[in-house]
Amino acid sequence: MYKLLYLRTMTMLEKRAWTYMVVSLVTYGGYVVVIVGRLVGGSVTEIDYVPVLLWTLGLSIAGSIVVGIVTGMIGDRSTRTDVRDREIDQTGDRIGQAFTVIGALGAFVLALFEAPYFWIANSIYLGFALTMIVGSLAKVIAYRRGGFQQW
Amino acid sequence: MVKPTKVTNSIRALRFANGEMTQAELADRLGVTRQTVIAIEQGRYSPSLEVAFQIARVFNVSLEEVFQYP
Repeated sequence: MYKLLYLRTMTMLEKRAWTYMVVSLVTYGGYVVVIVGRLVGGSVTEIDYVPVLLWTLGLSIAGSIVVGIVTGMIGDRSTRTDVRDREIDQTGDRIGQAFTVIGALGAFVLALFEAPYFWIANSIYLGFALTMIVGSLAKVIAYRRGGFQQW
Repeated sequence: MVKPTKVTNSIRALRFANGEMTQAELADRLGVTRQTVIAIEQGRYSPSLEVAFQIARVFNVSLEEVFQYP
């Protein structure tokens, strides 16, 4: 109940940051659980991870839209954004995007050493997931605690 | 993470001295969200120089009467 009251005080972009963070955590966590379960007693070259990965991506996108609509109906419905929202959004995106680069670099190295496609695809996917999770977490911290910029 | 700002402000006192202006009213006059006004009041966000001057103008006082530096 307290958390719902807290949700009522957020701007649209803060709600969006929370939504992306939670949905990404849940969907990627679910993906890891399913894949690790299939890997037990098997090999990465044998398991059929592609449908699971694609379903997880689809659920993540659909989940973000649905949760975004629901949280948008709670509390402040204003869609106004200001300079603070834009600063926080840009800073969070910059922090998150570092993980896309790290994931791509990981995939690059794995490809050079002719690693199985499983590891290459999962390196990139982990990079995407961390981009969303860490970038959104940085935004939430900036909204709640401030301190990302000074005079 | 940078250190918290040493800049303090008197926005809350100025709001009450100006007909108990609400945070929402001040936000509307500045063209920002109410959450941004709250963050500025609590020292969690340092506004741009332009917004700082706009706040001073809303209350018809100088910038130093709104923001103080030790």
